[in-house]
Amino acid sequence: MTSASEPLVPASIEPRPFVKRHAGVVRLTHWLNAIFLVGMVASGLQIYNAYTHFGIRGNLLPVPNPLDGRPVPEWARLGGWLAGGLNWHFFLAWPFVITGLVYIGFLLASGEWRSLIFRPRDIPAAAQMQLYYLHLRKEHPAQGKHNALQKAAYTFIVVLGVISVLSGFAVYKPIQLSWLTAAFGGYELARYWHFVAVWLFIGFTLVHVALVFLVDPGSFRAIITGWYRGRFPSHD
Amino acid sequence: MIESRRALTRRDFLRLGAVAGPASLVAACGWDGGPAIEPGLRSFSRLNDWVGENILQSRNRLAKQYPISARTRMEDFPSYSISYNRTGAFPSPPDPASWVLNVGGLVRKPLRLTRRDIEALPSVTYTVKHHCVEGWTAVATWTGVPVSTVMAMTQPTDAARYIRFDSFDDDYSNGWDLKSAVHPQTILAYGYNDRPLMMNHGAPLRLYSPIKLGYKLTKYLTGMTFTRERPGGYWEDQGYPWLGGI
Repeated sequence: MTSASEPLVPASIEPRPFVKRHAGVVRLTHWLNAIFLVGMVASGLQIYNAYTHFGIRGNLLPVPNPLDGRPVPEWARLGGWLAGGLNWHFFLAWPFVITGLVYIGFLLASGEWRSLIFRPRDIPAAAQMQLYYLHLRKEHPAQGKHNALQKAAYTFIVVLGVISVLSGFAVYKPIQLSWLTAAFGGYELARYWHFVAVWLFIGFTLVHVALVFLVDPGSFRAIITGWYRGRFPSHD
Repeated sequence: MIESRRALTRRDFLRLGAVAGPASLVAACGWDGGPAIEPGLRSFSRLNDWVGENILQSRNRLAKQYPISARTRMEDFPSYSISYNRTGAFPSPPDPASWVLNVGGLVRKPLRLTRRDIEALPSVTYTVKHHCVEGWTAVATWTGVPVSTVMAMTQPTDAARYIRFDSFDDDYSNGWDLKSAVHPQTILAYGYNDRPLMMNHGAPLRLYSPIKLGYKLTKYLTGMTFTRERPGGYWEDQGYPWLGGI
């Protein structure tokens, strides 16, 4: 156990000089995407609110949904009514996808994806990080720019983004893109996976923000200004 | 060092607030965009209509057909009409015995078709899934005459680019693009689940197509008018996407 007076950063680590951690493209797309994601989720919940079940009428799907039959609270909705929600959703979808593609394109072009992607060989390190977070391991495992759990999270969130966009198209055009809708198990299930993606986005965001301030507050400056001076390396 | 980090965090929190504040304010108000943004969102919706009609929509791709056993029970298949929502009674034509479908506008041969005329034309029957804009689905069998058959009889002029479908359900109407109208599964339906179309589903004649959302499928038809200008529609004029293609 650590005592309250102990600083968060172990005294043995000397303050490092500022280093450039995030390129402008990454910072811009990160924040734009955060705004668009809030809008997509809120307008999506407005749309969901028009029919709060999953499945064909009279033959509902036996899928878990704590919100089944419940209205979404007004503060969580964007659009005012169904048509407003649709128009926001189908507008924001464009910049949401475009910023996502710019981000992925930058990672590929710059080679940055190498320090972000989670590979099978990262599994043991991810287990060690998990032990550390569970206070079952005392020392923070050595890491490069990102630790193995971060790689898992940042790879997962890109995959989740892709799945949410594809399942969105599957719900948007179930006849014209019937092959895509079928890949998600049909229209009703595609709509369900699109809804599940919302809760995974929300869960990711909560953990993401909590860990920034609990583990590496310096990374918050870095994602805004690009410059980082914290306890971790900024390169692999 | 700890001190400087605290100050940094506070300032950064303010920066975050500058971004998150307006976003959460918008989310909190249930905001359709207001007079400044809502028209812009509607205009943007026309871009999505264009992409939907010209890029995503195939001329001939057919909606999947289902076995009769997949039909939704009739009592589970929702029905509504504008009149019903206002008065609690489904609409009926002023004089049911003399009901006709008027086909006109930019055509060489305007037509007045009785229900008997329409039932005498070659018909199509399919069991398909109905997609409502609200997110629910239901399966039913529909019987009717392809819109393309009636089009061929009336011979629209080259200037015709859209069809307006009118009804006797208050002022309910829909505008359609010709590409969707001539789709082989777009029909003027008079049969529902092997029986005559019922009052709550749009009798005596309704538009049906599995490639459009339910609100585009005009019930209680009175007319079919070919136009040069893009016609609006009951829900479309209030902000729902115009194309409604799926």
